[in-house]
Amino acid sequence: MPQFDPTSFASQLFWLAVTFITLYVLMSKVALPRVGDILEERQKRISDDLDMAERLKSETEAAIAAYEKALAEARSAAQAEISRVMDANAAEAAARHKKLEEQLSAKITESEEHIHAAHREAMAEVGGIAAEVAAAIVERIAGVKADAEGLAPVVEAIAKERGI
Amino acid sequence: MAINALEQFEVRPIVPIHVGGIDISFSNSALYMVAAVVVSTVFLSAAMSKRALIPGRLQSLAEMLYEFVAGMLKENVGDAGRKYFPMIFSIFMFVLCGNVLGQTPYSFTYTSHIIVNGAMALGVIAMVTVVGFAKHGIGFLNTFLPSGAPPLTAVIIVPIEVFSYFARAFSLSVRLTANMLVGHIMLAVVASFIAALGVFGFIPFAGIVGLGVLELGIACLQAYIFTVLSCIYLHDALHLH
Repeated sequence: MPQFDPTSFASQLFWLAVTFITLYVLMSKVALPRVGDILEERQKRISDDLDMAERLKSETEAAIAAYEKALAEARSAAQAEISRVMDANAAEAAARHKKLEEQLSAKITESEEHIHAAHREAMAEVGGIAAEVAAAIVERIAGVKADAEGLAPVVEAIAKERGI
Repeated sequence: MAINALEQFEVRPIVPIHVGGIDISFSNSALYMVAAVVVSTVFLSAAMSKRALIPGRLQSLAEMLYEFVAGMLKENVGDAGRKYFPMIFSIFMFVLCGNVLGQTPYSFTYTSHIIVNGAMALGVIAMVTVVGFAKHGIGFLNTFLPSGAPPLTAVIIVPIEVFSYFARAFSLSVRLTANMLVGHIMLAVVASFIAALGVFGFIPFAGIVGLGVLELGIACLQAYIFTVLSCIYLHDALHLH
């Protein structure tokens, strides 16, 4: 077996030492720092980005909170304004309603008085009209010219008797 | 024509060098060691040449390799092992490249040589021992006597512990060598049937394809095992039990 041939041992050991030391130097001084640097840089970049994301998130949350606070304030202010305006409107409407009612009732009273007066007047004239009608009837039926003035008391008496 | 399955393990000098009567010729073994260094370095440098924050395919592969070994170290040794990362990574790359480059036909697998693996394993044990003494001073010797053991039993326990400590180098190197050796011999033997069977050579050929995939898996797995055991030994040196 060539493995147990001692003549190759010295050269293999020598070259093993030379190549392995070379490899170690190349790896530790050149190759590995490069890889390590990149990995570190990437890790740093990732954690930086995460930090930034965290910061932006908290900023966003603060902004949302501020916005919601402002919104709530605006809402309550608007609510107060609305109720104030509504109260004022209700008061004004009530006042106007009352005034209108007064005007209307005054007009009603006035109209009623007019009606009463007209009624009375009409009633006062009814007797005369009835007497004239009676005179016209008498003249048609009897052919006698009747005096309306003279008939008035009679008509009035009849009306009284019938309860008109 | 019988194919010698062991021929592939022969070390053939390419550039003969003799210094003070010692033969340190640049052989095919040395060529593949240099290739491992070149492949590791060129791969990582090329992959990281863009230094992209969002990695491409090659860069992802390099980063995966880095994080794989870094994760292995962190898991087995903890944060204390961080400064040994270049060493562990170099061990991993050296063994991995040796195993995987050795899978290509007509190549030489230096990790199938016990002398190479034994030297690496002894190097690991030596490093771990130095780290242990550097960290714990003379107290590192407590490794060989578990705390709570009655002093009298030390007579038995200490030799056993010392033996098991150095047996690690043996098991580490023999495991890797045996795996690579057996795989390559098996491939060579099965491959020799292809020509011998003539028309029916496709049967061993299919076997070669399957075995090749299996061997590639073993090549990676053994590199992982060698490295992870190095990590565990490092852990034992850093944290006395």
